[in-house]
Amino acid sequence: MLNHIWFWMLIAGFVVGAINGRIDEITRAMADSAGEAVKLSVNLLGVLCLWTGLMNVAQKSGLVNAIARLAGPVMERLFPEIPKGHPAKGAIVMNFIANFLGLGNAATPLGIKAMNELQKINGRKDTASNSMCMFLVINAASLQLIPATIIALRVSAGSKNPTEIIGVIWICSLCACLAGIAAARLFSLGGYRRSYRLRRKRPGAKGEKKGISLSSHGGRGNWK
Amino acid sequence: MEIGTNLIKLVSGYAVPLTFFFILLTGMLKGVRVYDDFAEGAKEGIATVVRIIPALVGLMAAISVFRASGALDLLVFVVSPITRLLGIPAEALPLAFLRPISGSATLAMVSDLLKKHGPDSFIGRVASVMMGSTETIFYTIAVYFGSVGIKKTRYTLAAALVAEAVGVLMSVWLCSLVFR
Repeated sequence: MLNHIWFWMLIAGFVVGAINGRIDEITRAMADSAGEAVKLSVNLLGVLCLWTGLMNVAQKSGLVNAIARLAGPVMERLFPEIPKGHPAKGAIVMNFIANFLGLGNAATPLGIKAMNELQKINGRKDTASNSMCMFLVINAASLQLIPATIIALRVSAGSKNPTEIIGVIWICSLCACLAGIAAARLFSLGGYRRSYRLRRKRPGAKGEKKGISLSSHGGRGNWK
Repeated sequence: MEIGTNLIKLVSGYAVPLTFFFILLTGMLKGVRVYDDFAEGAKEGIATVVRIIPALVGLMAAISVFRASGALDLLVFVVSPITRLLGIPAEALPLAFLRPISGSATLAMVSDLLKKHGPDSFIGRVASVMMGSTETIFYTIAVYFGSVGIKKTRYTLAAALVAEAVGVLMSVWLCSLVFR
């Protein structure tokens, strides 16, 4: 899906830009944004190392598992595929907490840590597991205790009551989150059945690790 | 209200240092060699960033081309009859499309809308809520999946866009319910 979106975004950009006479702008935008992407990654590097280092300490001391156990019942429902006591659960919970508290700098490294842990129990290394999809979708609806950036924006724009929108934001993001979870669960059921059928059809398809059967297995239209 | 906001500020200020303190303390008590394990874990961060860079470069280039060419404006223009039917104010509409693809552009647009229409106007409130209830999902997907080398993202984007759409529609609907 990303392949198509990426392609069409660029093609539409080129065509519309040519019609609008903005070809120079496009060229500049491409170069600038590529540099910006690297800058962003470098900015991320320090914080990321800090948090992955700290998480390693938390994991070795058993703290991550303790946190995961606290959130057990809900996590079990959302991520039935993660085995009991796996560190992925702890990392996911910590990412949710960081997001909820609005600690963006901490949330991204913790989320990446969670993805690394999820990848360890993923059977097909180039294909997202159901747990990964669910994790990303929940991240897409930003449940946040205090939407600090927006409040700051409203304050600077001279709002009489900058925090009045908090309650509405909570309800909206909760609805978005629940809708996302429902959609992810629904899509995962369809995907599972289709892949199951495919697997039954070609019983010899076991070379997944080498990526041989992947093209026939998860190819176009199957996971879209 | 005053006490509440101050308390919240206090909590968010202490959150990160306290997390560090707590994790290091438990580590020490459990006999973990905290510094060695920290350094070992930090190594993971470097490898991850190197894996993320290509995905980010590709995605951010595509997004900037899409915006700079005016294709985003065209998209907004094309779908505006449908969204007018749903009651989304025309001024806030580009935001609904920008929100999932670019965080910094969203920030710029919201602050622009707040200035132009006033933060306590209907449009200002809808823009605020829209920004607050959804996330920059393209960025999140690129970074998270890029960090572990996932190529087939399956239904992630579709489900995330469902969440996004619900967030956008709910923010318009609830704002017109609560603030009118």
